[in-house]
Amino acid sequence: MERLRWTLHDSWVEAERHLRVIPRNIELLIFATIQPIMFLALFAYVFGGSISIPGFADYDQFLMPGIFSQSLVFGSAFTSIGLAEDLSKGLVDRLRSLPMSRSAVIIGRTVSDLVRNLFTFVVMLVVAFVLGFRFRGSLLDAATATALLVLFSYALSWVQAVIGLAVSSVEAANSAGFIWMFPLTFVSSAFVDPSTMPGALEAVADANPFTVVTNAARALYNGLPVGNDAWWSLVWSVGLIAVFSTLATRRFSNSTSA
Amino acid sequence: MVAEYDRHTHWVTDFPAVEMTGVVKRFGETLALDGVDLSVPRGAVYGLLGPNGAGKTTSVRVLTTLIRPDSGTAKIDGIDVVADPDAVRRRIGLTGQYAAVDERLTARENLIYVGRLFHLGGAESKRRAGELLDRFDLADAADRVVKGFSGGMRRRLDIAMSLIANPSVLFLDEPTTGLDPRSRLQMWDVISDLAADGTTVLLTTQYLEEADRLAERIVVIDHGHVIAEGTPDELKSRTGGALLSVSIARAENRERAVSVLTPLCTGRVEHGDDDRSLVAPIVAGDRVVPGVIRALDAQGIDVLDVAVRRPSLDDVFLALTGHIATEEEAV
Ligand SMILES: Nc1ncnc2c1ncn2[C@@H]1O[C@H](COP(=O)(O)OP(=O)(O)OP(=O)(O)O)[C@@H](O)[C@H]1O
Ligand SMILES: [Mg+2]
Repeated sequence: MERLRWTLHDSWVEAERHLRVIPRNIELLIFATIQPIMFLALFAYVFGGSISIPGFADYDQFLMPGIFSQSLVFGSAFTSIGLAEDLSKGLVDRLRSLPMSRSAVIIGRTVSDLVRNLFTFVVMLVVAFVLGFRFRGSLLDAATATALLVLFSYALSWVQAVIGLAVSSVEAANSAGFIWMFPLTFVSSAFVDPSTMPGALEAVADANPFTVVTNAARALYNGLPVGNDAWWSLVWSVGLIAVFSTLATRRFSNSTSA
Repeated sequence: MVAEYDRHTHWVTDFPAVEMTGVVKRFGETLALDGVDLSVPRGAVYGLLGPNGAGKTTSVRVLTTLIRPDSGTAKIDGIDVVADPDAVRRRIGLTGQYAAVDERLTARENLIYVGRLFHLGGAESKRRAGELLDRFDLADAADRVVKGFSGGMRRRLDIAMSLIANPSVLFLDEPTTGLDPRSRLQMWDVISDLAADGTTVLLTTQYLEEADRLAERIVVIDHGHVIAEGTPDELKSRTGGALLSVSIARAENRERAVSVLTPLCTGRVEHGDDDRSLVAPIVAGDRVVPGVIRALDAQGIDVLDVAVRRPSLDDVFLALTGHIATEEEAV
């Protein structure tokens, strides 16, 4: 109990360290926010007229939840970059020599990245509304959809934590954190219906957890039956957190600054 | 068993502050530590001196719980670093080889941040931060973001951060490497003050002059082995005495000068930096200078300069290891 209390305390001190500096590096936040908005506008206007999805009168209603989830997933890359940075600066040696909780450094990092991603998400949602996107289900459905997306993004932050601790430089973290997100988000149901893909790719897209999460959020935002997708995306997120938080904490306990 | 500590008075214990016994650490093929023994009494300032790759950082990392030794034991205040790392962490301060500050925060924020991670509480962390900022001459820069700090300011902040919880033992890994000469002198004052306050300090350095100046005892380490230990004076006397250097007026007389000097010296007479100078070991304290001048004069060799100097730690290192301690910058 005492231990848990200190873990929470230390995690908060760590999260605060990162949150405190967000306003000092406002450029970073602005560009991190512009990127998803650009995607939103580009995809909606460039592909909007040419793609039609069965069951959706309006491609925007199909597409935008996909872009929401893609942006949240991309946002998780902050975690690998940030941890690699602490590692390259000698800060990790100091932190590991302190009588603090081992996992707090990573919890603090992922939580502060979550806050940052939430901010981006809210801005993106407002822009989507301006572009014509609407919740077709209940507000509760929309809230559930958002929660599932955010939780999945948080789970991927833990995957990113392992990457950030495994690579040897900030530059490497930058590439290693991003590169796999392209296949993850494009070989999925985010932009097109997987049934239009070649057979093998379709199988991959259908099995992709990102497809499951996107489908769940899309159905909920559009007031359509969600089936088991909501449960499965919850299972995926919790599973990823369980596995990767163990890996990341172990990795952290054994890493020294370069 | 565990030592009693009262933050405001002193440690009451018989344990050495730092103790390593037969510590071995291997990284793949590299034997970084090959049975290191070390004992630092409370309140002492010890220097761990060695060239690049000697095992200084690895020793510090074992003692500060960052890596586990493959064998042997390491203790802080009698507490084993492997068995009870958290108790060790509460007693130590670490200023690593690479500055461990958050550049995005101000100096004050960095200090308060570490204080809170030591569980001092917000108010106490703030109070300590203010104290340390004054003490380390950072009060004017306290509320500026660290990114713009000079190397010397960062190092001072780094040390201040290690002191926030009044550690029993402070580890300083190459505290002046990479600093300009002025900042280095300033850092030496900071460390001397710590020593005067009774903080136990184990500092590592590649600078022989630095160990000589700051440490009351020096442990010389090379290839993961402790090869010598003693006060700076003891180590100097290990080379067996003093060094004579002679400059003569004309280069063509040098070989004759060598034969004249050889019977007066305890070892080989070597050529010095230029073709008119010679160096040779002699017995310290002998009234050797007048004899040297007389002998050379008798052979008609004009002398420009004769000097006797105590060996530097460089000479000691050469005598102990057979090679010169490299002073290249650590990367
Ligand atoms: N994490 C590691 N993985 C592999 N080899 C390592 C690691 N850390 C240290 N070494 C090796 O162990 C030896 C001792 O290194 P250490 O860093 O302790 O030396 P040092 O005395 O601190 O040197 P420097 O003055 O360059 O800082 C070196 O040969 C080094 O290359
Ligand atoms: Mg080193």
